[in-house]
Amino acid sequence: MSNEWPLWEVFIRGQHGMSHRHVGSLHAPDGEMAIKNARDVYTRRNEGVSIWVVEAANISASSPSGKGPLYEPSNSKVYRHPTFFDIPDDVGAM
Amino acid sequence: MTRDEALFEFLLRLGDNTSILSHRVSEWIGHSPVLEEDIALANTALDLIGQTQLWLGLAGEIEGKGRTADNLAYLRDAWDYRNLLLVERPNGDFGKTMMRQFLFDAWQSLMLGKLLASSDPRVAEIAAKASKEVAYHLERSADTIVGLGDGTEESHNRMQAALDDLWDYTGEMFISDEVDEVLATEGIAPNAASLKAEWEELVGRILTDATLTIPAKSYAHKGGKSGVHTEHLGFILADMQFLQRAYPGASW
Repeated sequence: MSNEWPLWEVFIRGQHGMSHRHVGSLHAPDGEMAIKNARDVYTRRNEGVSIWVVEAANISASSPSGKGPLYEPSNSKVYRHPTFFDIPDDVGAM
Repeated sequence: MTRDEALFEFLLRLGDNTSILSHRVSEWIGHSPVLEEDIALANTALDLIGQTQLWLGLAGEIEGKGRTADNLAYLRDAWDYRNLLLVERPNGDFGKTMMRQFLFDAWQSLMLGKLLASSDPRVAEIAAKASKEVAYHLERSADTIVGLGDGTEESHNRMQAALDDLWDYTGEMFISDEVDEVLATEGIAPNAASLKAEWEELVGRILTDATLTIPAKSYAHKGGKSGVHTEHLGFILADMQFLQRAYPGASW
Protein backbone atom coordinates (compact mmCIF):
# COMPACT_ATOMS: atom_id res chain seq x y z
CA MET A 1 0.00 0.00 0.00
CA SER A 2 2.94 2.34 0.55
CA ASN A 3 3.23 2.71 -3.23
CA GLU A 4 -0.23 4.22 -3.45
CA TRP A 5 -0.64 7.93 -3.96
CA PRO A 6 -2.28 9.72 -1.03
CA LEU A 7 -6.02 10.33 -1.02
CA TRP A 8 -7.30 13.86 -1.62
CA GLU A 9 -10.73 15.27 -0.91
CA VAL A 10 -12.04 17.52 -3.67
CA PHE A 11 -14.17 20.66 -3.23
CA ILE A 12 -15.62 22.53 -6.18
CA ARG A 13 -17.27 25.92 -6.42
CA GLY A 14 -20.08 25.56 -8.92
CA GLN A 15 -20.46 29.23 -9.70
CA HIS A 16 -19.39 32.57 -8.38
CA GLY A 17 -21.00 33.44 -5.08
CA MET A 18 -21.56 29.84 -4.06
CA SER A 19 -19.37 28.05 -1.57
CA HIS A 20 -17.09 25.15 -2.40
CA ARG A 21 -18.81 21.80 -1.97
CA HIS A 22 -17.33 18.42 -1.37
CA VAL A 23 -17.74 16.39 -4.57
CA GLY A 24 -15.61 13.31 -3.94
CA SER A 25 -12.07 12.12 -3.61
CA LEU A 26 -9.19 10.89 -5.75
CA HIS A 27 -5.55 9.84 -5.59
CA ALA A 28 -2.65 12.03 -6.66
CA PRO A 29 1.06 12.36 -5.90
CA ASP A 30 0.83 16.01 -4.83
CA GLY A 31 -1.55 18.97 -4.57
CA GLU A 32 -0.95 20.29 -8.07
CA MET A 33 -1.63 16.94 -9.68
CA ALA A 34 -4.65 16.52 -7.41
CA ILE A 35 -6.09 19.73 -8.85
CA LYS A 36 -5.39 18.53 -12.40
CA ASN A 37 -6.97 15.17 -11.67
CA ALA A 38 -9.94 16.89 -10.07
CA ARG A 39 -10.32 19.01 -13.20
CA ASP A 40 -10.34 15.87 -15.32
CA VAL A 41 -12.51 13.73 -13.06
CA TYR A 42 -15.00 16.21 -11.62
CA THR A 43 -15.35 19.16 -14.01
CA ARG A 44 -15.79 17.39 -17.33
CA ARG A 45 -19.33 18.72 -17.66
CA ASN A 46 -18.59 22.30 -16.84
CA GLU A 47 -19.35 21.93 -13.14
CA GLY A 48 -16.90 24.35 -11.67
CA VAL A 49 -15.14 27.68 -11.51
CA SER A 50 -12.77 26.87 -8.65
CA ILE A 51 -11.23 23.75 -7.15
CA TRP A 52 -9.87 23.09 -3.66
CA VAL A 53 -8.12 19.88 -2.72
CA VAL A 54 -6.99 18.79 0.70
CA GLU A 55 -5.14 15.65 1.62
CA ALA A 56 -7.64 13.43 3.40
CA ALA A 57 -5.13 12.70 6.17
CA ASN A 58 -5.18 16.39 7.07
CA ILE A 59 -8.88 16.47 7.82
CA SER A 60 -9.89 16.23 11.48
CA ALA A 61 -13.32 14.67 11.75
CA SER A 62 -15.81 14.29 14.57
CA SER A 63 -16.39 10.80 15.83
CA PRO A 64 -19.72 9.11 15.04
CA SER A 65 -19.81 7.78 18.58
CA GLY A 66 -19.85 11.36 19.91
CA LYS A 67 -23.17 11.97 18.20
CA GLY A 68 -25.23 12.19 21.39
CA PRO A 69 -23.26 14.79 23.30
CA LEU A 70 -22.34 16.74 20.16
CA TYR A 71 -25.68 17.20 18.45
CA GLU A 72 -28.63 16.08 20.50
CA PRO A 73 -28.57 18.99 22.97
CA SER A 74 -29.53 21.38 20.18
CA ASN A 75 -32.62 19.35 19.22
CA SER A 76 -34.65 20.84 22.03
CA LYS A 77 -33.68 24.43 21.31
CA VAL A 78 -36.02 25.34 18.47
CA TYR A 79 -35.64 29.05 19.16
CA ARG A 80 -32.21 28.82 17.54
CA HIS A 81 -33.68 27.88 14.16
CA PRO A 82 -34.44 30.86 11.94
CA THR A 83 -37.64 29.26 10.66
CA PHE A 84 -39.80 32.19 11.64
CA PHE A 85 -38.71 34.44 8.78
CA ASP A 86 -40.05 34.60 5.24
CA ILE A 87 -37.13 34.80 2.86
CA PRO A 88 -37.88 36.72 -0.35
CA ASP A 89 -37.32 34.69 -3.54
CA ASP A 90 -34.99 37.39 -4.85
CA VAL A 91 -32.43 36.51 -2.21
CA GLY A 92 -31.65 33.34 -4.12
CA ALA A 93 -29.42 30.60 -2.75
CA MET A 94 -28.55 30.88 0.94
CA MET B 1 0.72 25.10 -55.93
CA THR B 2 -2.23 27.42 -55.32
CA ARG B 3 -3.12 28.92 -51.97
CA ASP B 4 -6.09 26.58 -51.57
CA GLU B 5 -4.14 23.47 -52.54
CA ALA B 6 -1.51 24.33 -49.95
CA LEU B 7 -4.13 25.13 -47.32
CA PHE B 8 -5.93 21.83 -47.95
CA GLU B 9 -2.65 19.91 -47.43
CA PHE B 10 -1.84 21.89 -44.31
CA LEU B 11 -5.29 21.29 -42.78
CA LEU B 12 -4.93 17.56 -43.47
CA ARG B 13 -1.62 17.64 -41.61
CA LEU B 14 -3.18 19.31 -38.59
CA GLY B 15 -6.30 17.14 -38.62
CA ASP B 16 -4.41 13.90 -39.21
CA ASN B 17 -2.01 14.68 -36.36
CA THR B 18 -4.85 15.12 -33.91
CA SER B 19 -6.84 12.22 -35.31
CA ILE B 20 -4.05 9.64 -35.16
CA LEU B 21 -2.78 10.84 -31.79
CA SER B 22 -6.32 10.74 -30.44
CA HIS B 23 -6.64 7.13 -31.57
CA ARG B 24 -3.34 6.21 -29.93
CA VAL B 25 -4.28 7.92 -26.66
CA SER B 26 -7.71 6.28 -26.70
CA GLU B 27 -6.00 2.87 -26.76
CA TRP B 28 -5.24 3.48 -23.06
CA ILE B 29 -8.87 3.70 -22.01
CA GLY B 30 -9.49 1.00 -19.44
CA HIS B 31 -5.78 0.16 -19.28
CA SER B 32 -4.20 3.19 -17.60
CA PRO B 33 -2.10 2.70 -14.47
CA VAL B 34 -4.63 4.59 -12.31
CA LEU B 35 -8.24 5.64 -12.72
CA GLU B 36 -7.43 9.36 -12.63
CA GLU B 37 -4.98 9.04 -15.53
CA ASP B 38 -7.46 6.91 -17.44
CA ILE B 39 -10.02 9.70 -17.35
CA ALA B 40 -7.42 12.38 -18.08
CA LEU B 41 -6.22 10.47 -21.15
CA ALA B 42 -9.79 9.98 -22.33
CA ASN B 43 -10.36 13.73 -22.00
CA THR B 44 -7.24 14.44 -24.03
CA ALA B 45 -8.31 11.99 -26.74
CA LEU B 46 -11.74 13.62 -26.90
CA ASP B 47 -10.24 17.11 -27.18
CA LEU B 48 -8.12 15.86 -30.07
CA ILE B 49 -11.13 14.28 -31.80
CA GLY B 50 -12.95 17.60 -31.51
CA GLN B 51 -10.03 19.40 -33.09
CA THR B 52 -9.89 16.80 -35.84
CA GLN B 53 -13.52 17.47 -36.73
CA LEU B 54 -12.77 21.17 -37.08
CA TRP B 55 -9.54 20.86 -39.08
CA LEU B 56 -10.79 18.14 -41.42
CA GLY B 57 -14.17 19.85 -41.72
CA LEU B 58 -12.45 22.98 -42.95
CA ALA B 59 -10.18 20.90 -45.19
CA GLY B 60 -13.23 19.42 -46.91
CA GLU B 61 -14.70 22.89 -47.33
CA ILE B 62 -11.50 24.23 -48.88
CA GLU B 63 -11.20 21.23 -51.19
CA GLY B 64 -14.73 21.89 -52.40
CA LYS B 65 -15.49 18.35 -53.56
CA GLY B 66 -18.14 17.65 -50.96
CA ARG B 67 -15.99 15.55 -48.65
CA THR B 68 -16.84 15.85 -44.96
CA ALA B 69 -14.54 15.45 -41.96
CA ASP B 70 -15.85 11.89 -41.61
CA ASN B 71 -15.10 11.08 -45.26
CA LEU B 72 -11.58 12.36 -44.86
CA ALA B 73 -10.97 10.50 -41.60
CA TYR B 74 -12.52 7.17 -42.49
CA LEU B 75 -12.15 6.81 -46.24
CA ARG B 76 -8.56 7.74 -46.99
CA ASP B 77 -5.79 5.16 -47.07
CA ALA B 78 -2.41 5.45 -45.36
CA TRP B 79 -0.63 7.19 -48.24
CA ASP B 80 -3.18 9.98 -48.15
CA TYR B 81 -2.60 10.61 -44.45
CA ARG B 82 -0.39 13.59 -43.64
CA ASN B 83 0.33 13.18 -39.92
CA LEU B 84 3.79 13.36 -38.37
CA LEU B 85 5.43 9.98 -37.84
CA LEU B 86 5.73 10.87 -34.14
CA VAL B 87 2.00 10.53 -33.45
CA GLU B 88 1.74 7.06 -34.95
CA ARG B 89 4.52 5.67 -32.72
CA PRO B 90 3.19 2.83 -30.54
CA ASN B 91 2.17 3.74 -26.99
CA GLY B 92 4.83 1.69 -25.20
CA ASP B 93 4.57 2.12 -21.44
CA PHE B 94 2.72 4.99 -19.79
CA GLY B 95 5.91 7.06 -19.59
CA LYS B 96 6.53 6.72 -23.31
CA THR B 97 2.96 7.71 -24.11
CA MET B 98 3.37 10.82 -21.97
CA MET B 99 6.74 11.63 -23.55
CA ARG B 100 5.19 11.44 -27.05
CA GLN B 101 2.33 13.59 -25.79
CA PHE B 102 4.68 16.17 -24.31
CA LEU B 103 6.87 16.48 -27.42
CA PHE B 104 3.74 16.91 -29.53
CA ASP B 105 1.92 19.23 -27.09
CA ALA B 106 4.91 21.57 -27.00
CA TRP B 107 4.94 21.78 -30.79
CA GLN B 108 1.17 22.06 -31.11
CA SER B 109 0.90 24.84 -28.53
CA LEU B 110 3.50 26.90 -30.42
CA MET B 111 1.87 26.17 -33.78
CA LEU B 112 -1.60 27.15 -32.51
CA GLY B 113 -0.13 30.28 -30.92
CA LYS B 114 1.04 31.39 -34.35
CA LEU B 115 -2.20 30.34 -36.06
CA LEU B 116 -4.14 32.69 -33.76
CA ALA B 117 -2.76 35.45 -36.00
CA SER B 118 -3.51 33.63 -39.25
CA SER B 119 -4.67 35.79 -42.15
CA ASP B 120 -7.45 33.23 -42.70
CA PRO B 121 -10.08 33.89 -40.01
CA ARG B 122 -11.41 30.32 -40.16
CA VAL B 123 -7.99 28.98 -39.25
CA ALA B 124 -7.56 31.57 -36.49
CA GLU B 125 -10.95 30.69 -35.04
CA ILE B 126 -10.20 26.97 -34.76
CA ALA B 127 -6.79 27.78 -33.29
CA ALA B 128 -8.44 29.95 -30.62
CA LYS B 129 -10.63 27.09 -29.47
CA ALA B 130 -7.94 24.42 -29.64
CA SER B 131 -5.22 26.46 -27.98
CA LYS B 132 -7.03 26.46 -24.63
CA GLU B 133 -7.31 22.69 -24.68
CA VAL B 134 -3.72 22.29 -25.73
CA ALA B 135 -2.44 24.66 -23.04
CA TYR B 136 -3.90 22.25 -20.52
CA HIS B 137 -2.54 19.17 -22.30
CA LEU B 138 0.92 20.71 -22.23
CA GLU B 139 0.72 21.65 -18.57
CA ARG B 140 -0.33 18.15 -17.67
CA SER B 141 2.17 16.28 -19.85
CA ALA B 142 5.06 18.59 -18.83
CA ASP B 143 4.29 18.05 -15.13
CA THR B 144 4.19 14.30 -15.68
CA ILE B 145 7.52 14.36 -17.54
CA VAL B 146 9.14 16.23 -14.64
CA GLY B 147 7.47 14.02 -12.02
CA LEU B 148 8.56 10.77 -13.65
CA GLY B 149 11.92 11.96 -15.00
CA ASP B 150 12.94 13.37 -11.64
CA GLY B 151 11.25 10.51 -9.78
CA THR B 152 12.60 7.09 -8.87
CA GLU B 153 15.52 5.40 -10.61
CA GLU B 154 13.05 3.15 -12.42
CA SER B 155 10.84 5.99 -13.65
CA HIS B 156 13.86 8.09 -14.64
CA ASN B 157 15.33 5.27 -16.70
CA ARG B 158 12.04 4.63 -18.44
CA MET B 159 11.60 8.31 -19.30
CA GLN B 160 15.13 8.56 -20.62
CA ALA B 161 14.55 5.46 -22.77
CA ALA B 162 11.31 7.01 -24.06
CA LEU B 163 13.09 10.24 -24.95
CA ASP B 164 15.92 8.38 -26.68
CA ASP B 165 13.42 6.39 -28.70
CA LEU B 166 11.17 9.28 -29.74
CA TRP B 167 13.68 12.07 -30.23
CA ASP B 168 14.51 11.14 -33.82
CA TYR B 169 10.83 11.59 -34.69
CA THR B 170 10.73 15.25 -33.63
CA GLY B 171 12.86 16.67 -36.44
CA GLU B 172 10.06 16.18 -38.95
CA MET B 173 8.01 18.89 -37.24
CA PHE B 174 10.45 21.53 -38.45
CA ILE B 175 11.10 20.47 -42.03
CA SER B 176 9.48 22.97 -44.38
CA ASP B 177 8.27 22.19 -47.86
CA GLU B 178 6.34 23.97 -50.59
CA VAL B 179 3.09 23.85 -48.59
CA ASP B 180 4.71 25.69 -45.70
CA GLU B 181 6.29 28.23 -47.98
CA VAL B 182 3.08 29.08 -49.82
CA LEU B 183 1.17 29.47 -46.55
CA ALA B 184 3.93 31.50 -44.92
CA THR B 185 3.93 33.89 -47.87
CA GLU B 186 0.15 34.25 -47.60
CA GLY B 187 0.38 34.83 -43.82
CA ILE B 188 -1.89 31.85 -43.17
CA ALA B 189 0.55 29.70 -41.21
CA PRO B 190 4.13 29.94 -39.95
CA ASN B 191 6.93 28.23 -41.80
CA ALA B 192 7.52 24.89 -40.06
CA ALA B 193 11.21 25.61 -39.51
CA SER B 194 10.45 28.88 -37.72
CA LEU B 195 9.05 27.07 -34.68
CA LYS B 196 12.23 25.13 -34.01
CA ALA B 197 14.14 27.51 -31.73
CA GLU B 198 11.16 28.18 -29.45
CA TRP B 199 10.30 24.49 -29.28
CA GLU B 200 13.85 23.54 -28.36
CA GLU B 201 13.89 26.19 -25.65
CA LEU B 202 10.57 25.02 -24.17
CA VAL B 203 11.30 21.32 -24.40
CA GLY B 204 14.88 21.80 -23.18
CA ARG B 205 13.69 23.63 -20.07
CA ILE B 206 11.21 20.92 -19.08
CA LEU B 207 13.61 18.07 -19.85
CA THR B 208 16.29 19.76 -17.73
CA ASP B 209 13.82 20.01 -14.84
CA ALA B 210 13.09 16.35 -15.42
CA THR B 211 16.84 15.53 -15.19
CA LEU B 212 16.65 13.95 -18.64
CA THR B 213 19.35 14.21 -21.31
CA ILE B 214 18.55 15.07 -24.92
CA PRO B 215 20.30 12.53 -27.18
CA ALA B 216 23.49 14.00 -28.61
CA LYS B 217 23.19 12.36 -32.00
CA SER B 218 19.99 12.90 -33.85
CA TYR B 219 18.50 11.76 -37.12
CA ALA B 220 15.19 13.07 -38.41
CA HIS B 221 12.83 10.35 -39.59
CA LYS B 222 10.52 11.99 -42.05
CA GLY B 223 7.83 11.27 -44.60
CA GLY B 224 4.59 11.52 -42.66
CA LYS B 225 3.82 15.01 -43.92
CA SER B 226 3.96 13.77 -47.51
CA GLY B 227 2.24 10.42 -46.96
CA VAL B 228 5.21 8.08 -46.44
CA HIS B 229 4.41 6.35 -43.16
CA THR B 230 5.74 3.66 -40.88
CA GLU B 231 4.02 0.27 -40.82
CA HIS B 232 2.12 1.32 -37.70
CA LEU B 233 -0.30 3.63 -39.48
CA GLY B 234 -1.88 0.81 -41.48
CA PHE B 235 -2.75 -1.04 -38.28
CA ILE B 236 -4.23 2.09 -36.73
CA LEU B 237 -6.39 2.72 -39.78
CA ALA B 238 -7.49 -0.93 -39.96
CA ASP B 239 -8.81 -0.50 -36.44
CA MET B 240 -10.17 3.01 -36.84
CA GLN B 241 -11.78 2.62 -40.25
CA PHE B 242 -13.10 -0.94 -39.94
CA LEU B 243 -16.73 0.00 -39.44
CA GLN B 244 -16.98 2.41 -42.38
CA ARG B 245 -15.07 0.01 -44.64
CA ALA B 246 -17.16 -3.03 -43.73
CA TYR B 247 -20.50 -1.21 -43.57
CA PRO B 248 -20.19 1.84 -45.85
CA GLY B 249 -22.31 4.75 -44.70
CA ALA B 250 -23.24 3.09 -41.40
CA SER B 251 -24.47 5.60 -38.84
CA TRP B 252 -26.35 5.72 -35.55
